[in-house]
Amino acid sequence: MHTVLSPCGDLEMSPVNIVRTAKERGIDILGITDHNSTLHAPLIKDLAAKEGIMVLMGAEVTTKEEVHCLCFFENEQLLAEFQEYLNEHLPKIPNDSDKFGYQVVVNKDEEIIDEVDCLLISGLNQSIEEIEQKVHSLNGLFIPAHINKTMNSIISQLGFLPPDLNVDALEISLHTTKSEFLIKNKYLKNYNFIQSSDAHYIDNIGNAWTNFFMEGLSFEEVRKALRSENDRKTELEK
Amino acid sequence: MKVKDIVEKLGLEVCSGEQGLNREIEGGYTSDLLSDVMGNADENHVWVTLQTHKNIMAIASLKELAAIVLVKGYKPEADAAEQSNEEGIPILSSEEEAFELTGKLYELIKA
Repeated sequence: MHTVLSPCGDLEMSPVNIVRTAKERGIDILGITDHNSTLHAPLIKDLAAKEGIMVLMGAEVTTKEEVHCLCFFENEQLLAEFQEYLNEHLPKIPNDSDKFGYQVVVNKDEEIIDEVDCLLISGLNQSIEEIEQKVHSLNGLFIPAHINKTMNSIISQLGFLPPDLNVDALEISLHTTKSEFLIKNKYLKNYNFIQSSDAHYIDNIGNAWTNFFMEGLSFEEVRKALRSENDRKTELEK
Repeated sequence: MKVKDIVEKLGLEVCSGEQGLNREIEGGYTSDLLSDVMGNADENHVWVTLQTHKNIMAIASLKELAAIVLVKGYKPEADAAEQSNEEGIPILSSEEEAFELTGKLYELIKA
């Protein structure tokens, strides 16, 4: 999901509000993926840990081809390394907050502590393969986002999923189901799928979810479940 | 109109697929969404785009396009150029932006 840091993320999407709502709705694992920025993920991870909720820290990265991809990292150090890569490769286009929305970082007391100047919804100057390789060099997870959508999905931008692209799973949005999606995309039937809310507003948190079958809450367990290794697996709601 | 004619008249660089320069052009399509090109470009069209990913060649091959023209001086990724050479579908490059290039191509092809 997005936070208030994404220009399109609602102002109510503060770390505190997100964790409270996730707790109310019985969510065990949250993926925090602002557009091309990881800056809110560590605080949400800390707040969520107190509630027994695991946070996958990452970003929704826009590739040169304007494909959106979810990228997740195991710890703050790897996340910070990826943030450096984002800083280096995101075009320096100033954000006009009247047109696109605010890009603010807040603390646990909901005070604004930083505002990101560069427009976060631009595309990086890196190809999807370059980003995939960077993510995996940092032992991360790489998941093309909402691939059923007609904009900013790998299928809209590149026509089809390149068969040699190393993905950990594929994400579909809440507007479809896996079986409906596979009718027109049979060649993807052997991939593992996740489905998520992509929430930009508090009310949308938990509108879609994926069930993970695993031995405990850890990044490695999530990786195994995504890849269906050692009897771990993921299942989507029908 | 052949591919080599637009290369000459518009001063395009031939990046790859040189053996396809005698392909006949019957029209064109300008778009950066490969899903859209797959649905709407026709055989023997020249395709104007800024996408350089190797999937452009898969689309060009599937749709039997005459050539691809990359705008703004972009060059194909190495694997795209390789496939272009194998299939003899040229990838050309122009310094111009899609708007100007498409206008000039349209003037040439409609004649």
